[in-house]
Amino acid sequence: MDLTLYVWRQKNPDAAGRFVRYEAKDVSPDMSFLEMLAMVNEGLIREDKEPIAFDHDCHEGICGACSQAINGLPHGPLEKTTVCQLHMRHFRDGQTLHVEPFRAKAFPVIKDLIVDRSGLDRIIQSGGYISVHTGGVPEANAVLVPKDDADIAMDAAECIGCGACVAACPNGSAMLFTAAKVAHLALLPQGRVEAARRVCMMTEAMQTEGFGNCSNHYECQAVCPKGIKVKFIAQLNREFIKARTKLFLGK
Amino acid sequence: MILDGKVPAGPLTEKWDRCRQEMKLVSPANKRKFTIIVVGTGLAGASCAATLAELGYTVESFCYQDSPRRGHSIAAQGGINAAKNYPNDGDSIFRLFYDTIKGGDFRAREANVYRLATLSNNIIDQCVAQGVPFARDYAGYLETRSFGGAQVSRTFYARGQTGQQLLHGAYAALSRQVKAGTVRLHPRSEMLDLVVVDGEAKGIIIRDLVTGRIMPYAGDAVCLCTGGYTNVFHLSTNAMGSNVTAAYRAYKKGAFFANPCFTQIHPTCIPVSGEHQSKLTLMSESLRNDGRVWVPKTKGDSRRPEEIPEKERDYYLERKYPGFGNLAPRDIASRAAKEVCDQGHGVGPGGRGVYLDFADAVARLGEGKIRERYGNLFDMYEKITAEDAYRQPMRIYPAPHYAMGGLWVDYNLQSTIPGLFVLGEANFSDHGANRLGASALMQGLADGYFIAPYTIAHYLAQTVPGKVTTDHQEFAKSSATAHALVSRLLGIRGKRTVNDFHTKLGQIMWDLVGMERSEDGLKKALQLIPELRAEFWENVIVPGSGDALNQELEKAGRVADFLEFGELIARDALHRRESCGAHFRSEYQLADGEAKRDDANFCYVGAWQFKGSDMEPELHKEPLVFERVQPSVRSYK
Repeated sequence: MDLTLYVWRQKNPDAAGRFVRYEAKDVSPDMSFLEMLAMVNEGLIREDKEPIAFDHDCHEGICGACSQAINGLPHGPLEKTTVCQLHMRHFRDGQTLHVEPFRAKAFPVIKDLIVDRSGLDRIIQSGGYISVHTGGVPEANAVLVPKDDADIAMDAAECIGCGACVAACPNGSAMLFTAAKVAHLALLPQGRVEAARRVCMMTEAMQTEGFGNCSNHYECQAVCPKGIKVKFIAQLNREFIKARTKLFLGK
Repeated sequence: MILDGKVPAGPLTEKWDRCRQEMKLVSPANKRKFTIIVVGTGLAGASCAATLAELGYTVESFCYQDSPRRGHSIAAQGGINAAKNYPNDGDSIFRLFYDTIKGGDFRAREANVYRLATLSNNIIDQCVAQGVPFARDYAGYLETRSFGGAQVSRTFYARGQTGQQLLHGAYAALSRQVKAGTVRLHPRSEMLDLVVVDGEAKGIIIRDLVTGRIMPYAGDAVCLCTGGYTNVFHLSTNAMGSNVTAAYRAYKKGAFFANPCFTQIHPTCIPVSGEHQSKLTLMSESLRNDGRVWVPKTKGDSRRPEEIPEKERDYYLERKYPGFGNLAPRDIASRAAKEVCDQGHGVGPGGRGVYLDFADAVARLGEGKIRERYGNLFDMYEKITAEDAYRQPMRIYPAPHYAMGGLWVDYNLQSTIPGLFVLGEANFSDHGANRLGASALMQGLADGYFIAPYTIAHYLAQTVPGKVTTDHQEFAKSSATAHALVSRLLGIRGKRTVNDFHTKLGQIMWDLVGMERSEDGLKKALQLIPELRAEFWENVIVPGSGDALNQELEKAGRVADFLEFGELIARDALHRRESCGAHFRSEYQLADGEAKRDDANFCYVGAWQFKGSDMEPELHKEPLVFERVQPSVRSYK
């Protein structure tokens, strides 16, 4: 099949970007979207032109590196899929596609389709962990975890940190990302101890990094490649209110 | 030279304790004066950097990804082994040790493997404390499952994303230290050279992948945790960016490279679908717990799988290896798949595939249970192939997956260059000639959390902190080399793309240095690879410039190293005139087609020393001494 692509090209963070038209010819339906882009790039390189820069690595939908929006949708039209796992059989011959980087105030463009998502790392650094040192921990079965809690914690922990939730949100909020980590750890007895401190630190970092607030659009859930649910945002809010009330009452 | 693995004296069970007691320590007040460079943020790198920082050292952590959370350990699916014996099925530290050393076809260092088995239990404790959401039963206890090469259930898992969860645990520990100010992160940075001063590793040269700047970093010790090299085959289960560059350039600076020909071909991957393919996707070995592997008994049978009656199917693993059945180790399962396909029984495009069938398991356990165990894997399979594995069998075929070989290290994980420590897949130490499933995560974390933090201290205690700065002339020299390489790659302006060369190299490696090797084939590879390399340096095209983000330039540097390194693999495979584990030489097989090991002549680690670009590398040997187990013919029948 043949496709017409309009791809965002931007030389560096300070340069103005624009869409550039490319024709992708003889695309196999078994190709992934990124393999299709690589094929376009091979053509550009042979003409001694700069290929399209894009982040990608594992090509298995787990590392969270790929971060392109297709026709305005982060990771493209397929549900619960990263761009690297999106295959061309989901597109039509002759289709026109716009390919852009993830757009958000907190994700400045570095080049072409590559953005800076280090803000997400800094949210984790602010408190997205259990403060345990290596060694000196109890035997693994000493603390039991109800299966349901472990399962829900795992649902949240599946987040791959790609940032699609931020790019899809009209407010550029990282609430789903933050909530997933807050909920994962708050659901486990090992993580309960620091739950109040953690939620305060992480929400504060989220604001400092320039991410917006949640106003319940649920676009994040719709694009999340791991299907992480907005119910975790509700849990973040509960954890936050509990923590702030505790602080306010001085207990 | 006979290499000394520095294995401590004493009974096997006491070696590590004894070693720890005898090691020197660095006093708490002095620790922060030492700077340790850690390259890579996968399981080994992140766990090591975090632990060193917790202890009080100053740590500089580098990775080529945009975030330390994306190291390729993240893609490990099935699980992590530990000798907890929770299911009460007869497991023990000794049994895990024995299974691992037997799985590696008696080509690993006994003392290292025993230490690994001992530490396996600490790893599970540590990860649970970090909040890794392992699978649990209804009473709240940890669940386990079975894996290849073992007859006990000792694999802990978090759905099909165990690597991700363990890595996020280590990444979280690392992030905590970043906040504490003890770790400085350098994402989007690629190591281009190791700086050796007076024979000791004292720094690295990196390229900032965003600005293109080439920068020196000095440290009191360097840890390479840079993963494996099976992307030398072009198509592998590794991430697109996985490469040998850091390890290979350390090799060129004097670190010996051990057993490079021990490369694991994983039996359960999605078969190649076309020339456009950029990588191969693994389907976790855990699927072999419930899936049955078969091919049609009739050659070239073109019927749909469900139309082939039971008696016309060959469940060849169950037939050949009744003791382990579908859970035969990876090297054996891979070779068996190749064999049936070579004989014309293969299925799917080009006859390069075998079925992995879940029909019996679905009938026995119900679709819900299978979905709970492997849902994400079935989803991934459907995304790639557009086939529903709940309704029809998966098609699988072997693919390059893991490198047992790596930089040579002694018992302390120190390479032949003092001050250079090598952890995880990047070293050669624990898996011999074949790694068992769920052992890679175990090794990465054992090295990072529990071994290197002790052994690095022992080295540092004998040095003066901050002795070398980036003003030293060796840094200028290495920087100049790195600059020259970048200019050379950009200056060729030829006709063929980097990917062309990588694909071509991959074909040579897969055909001649892949699952089955022969003297003639290896000699041919040793002729073809240098020819391809010569063409690369005359005809590669790398657009753009060096002073900006340039992904083609990154790739070109990595492929340039693969073009040299592939030759080293072939050379190692040629010299090892025996079959063992994943290294199968067609000339050395038993009557039934199994590997014919030669303990009289090859019971050693082969470590290669770089002698110069136009010179042949020199082979050094570390004899493998087995004090506790007797190498036997590895049988899974």
